[in-house]
Amino acid sequence: MTNWKVILNIAKTHLLTKMKSTATASLGVTFGIGAYITMVSFMTGLNTMLDSLILNQTPHIHLYNEIEPTANQPISLYEEFGNSVHMISSIKPKQGQKKIHNALPILDYLKKKDKVKGATPQVRAQIFYLSGALDLGGTLVGVDIMEETRLSNMRDYIVEGSPEALKNTDNGILLGSGLASKLSLSVGDRVQISTVRGAIFPLKIVGIYQSGIADIDNSQSFCNLKTVQQILGEAQNYITDINVKLNVIEDAPALAQLLEKQYNVTATDINEANAQFETGSNIRNLITYAVSITLLIVAGFGIYNILNMLIYEKMKDIAILKATGFSGYDVQLIFMSQAMIIGIVGGILGLLLGFVLSVIIDGVPFETEALPTITTYPVDFSVGYYVIGIVFALLSTFVAGWLPLLKQGI
Amino acid sequence: MDKVLEAKGINKHFLKPKDFHVLKDISFAIKRGEFASIMGKSGSGKSTLLYILSTMDTEYTGELYLNDTLVSGRLASELSRIRNEHIGFVFQFHYLLSEFSVLENVMLPAKKLARKSHQEIEHDAMQKLKMLGIGSLALQKASRISGGEKQRVAIARALINNPIILMGDEPTGNLDSYNSDNVFNIFKQLKEEEGLSLLVVTHDEDFAKRTDYIIEMEDGRIIDKSVLSI
Repeated sequence: MTNWKVILNIAKTHLLTKMKSTATASLGVTFGIGAYITMVSFMTGLNTMLDSLILNQTPHIHLYNEIEPTANQPISLYEEFGNSVHMISSIKPKQGQKKIHNALPILDYLKKKDKVKGATPQVRAQIFYLSGALDLGGTLVGVDIMEETRLSNMRDYIVEGSPEALKNTDNGILLGSGLASKLSLSVGDRVQISTVRGAIFPLKIVGIYQSGIADIDNSQSFCNLKTVQQILGEAQNYITDINVKLNVIEDAPALAQLLEKQYNVTATDINEANAQFETGSNIRNLITYAVSITLLIVAGFGIYNILNMLIYEKMKDIAILKATGFSGYDVQLIFMSQAMIIGIVGGILGLLLGFVLSVIIDGVPFETEALPTITTYPVDFSVGYYVIGIVFALLSTFVAGWLPLLKQGI
Repeated sequence: MDKVLEAKGINKHFLKPKDFHVLKDISFAIKRGEFASIMGKSGSGKSTLLYILSTMDTEYTGELYLNDTLVSGRLASELSRIRNEHIGFVFQFHYLLSEFSVLENVMLPAKKLARKSHQEIEHDAMQKLKMLGIGSLALQKASRISGGEKQRVAIARALINNPIILMGDEPTGNLDSYNSDNVFNIFKQLKEEEGLSLLVVTHDEDFAKRTDYIIEMEDGRIIDKSVLSI
């Protein structure tokens, strides 16, 4: 029969009379868990931010028309050479039509699909930005701006002006921030652009776009879809790219394959496009976990040491308790409850410490040109880390209490 | 008179560092109200025997009866219950839990037994302390009292559950003659007034001579059982 009242009373007395050891052991847990929480929250916060920096600007599936030489050259149609080896030198692709065939039906099909959150058409055009004597090469992207803002966090990257302003201005342009400073232009100014073929159009700057990635900001601007089609002198079905956002990102590779087969277009899914980026992100996660686990293990050893001392000091007491009728199990309970009390108190304080430190870090200003939306350090406040923290605190104090008991053969 | 404690053919080996036959075929019995002492040189196996008799050591062969019930081969949890209820134990180094008060030390086994309410236990404990003449120390920390007092507290603790037998491992070994005498008188008084059985391992010949009989051990055997008084 277990008499909890007596056992807990003994455990309490032991802990209270050895206040120093108790406090040291609890603080060991507290700092271990606190450091873990802070570390993992901060690191994953940063990771998520860096991930989203790329991911939010990358469509889950990107459809476009790759310019490549035809696989079936005329000679293969000629039956007499059917059994011969064809050797053709200097194959060139047919003068490129960059547009996607059947772009509008594809869009309709995608918009009806359940898995698809949205599909946006884009027209990409190589242009020159003209300002005074200066001309800079770049890209102009015609977009359905309202649909883009719905599907990506594009709105965050428009540092001046608004997407609505672009929608309402037919010849408006969202100028890349790098371009704006190079051309010394700001909202309300006009910029002239010239197509590759030489036609010149004036556009009104309704906003400044800053993605944080210098290469893009120095060359890319956004216009309305129609405007770009007009600039290029193309019809309304001229669409060079279709960006697809899915509800579940994992569906991307399968759907990309399907679309490639069904519509004879090139479809790149996000994993393909960002293989390198994935590697980087995986390695960052690996480092986060390695550091966290190291922290937790170091904390665990500290706890083990102190509990070991505590039990070693009490060997005499254990003999008395056993002689007066406490079973080995009772003695185990007494010491295990001490260990668990240390674990619970230290663990909860650790969670609090971790939370407070996270809040402090979350409030530290962090402003950088590259990240217009970020004003303070990003911290991930997921409850999961706190659960892992307290579970580890309990687990490690349990093991740290159990091992010395096992060693002393109680 | 009925037998309180009986050992039948108890043998024990120490296996480490090499096989050593510590106790060889020990058989004897203690009746109600008897005060026996075990004497012998160091290494004769008397402490080992006492630990077996007190059920704290279970690695032996042979049979051990307490109140005519076999206790050999019982589960550890049952044995600690038996120890708690029927056996009082006093050590040489008057071990008390130093973080607890004298009163709490005495109450502990009764709380473990949990047969009486807290008030009753406290009352009983005070009574035992008063009987042993240390009622005034009840609220002192166990680490703050003298050696003789500690041993009396240990006796009070051994008595709290009204055991049928009190065992002592050199209970006076660490005390001066005045306190030894004191402890002996307490034991004697318990035997006469309460009919308690006592079994004490001792080196102290004067102490042993005043008990009912001496079990003398040598090389793991009982060599002599001499009744001295009565």
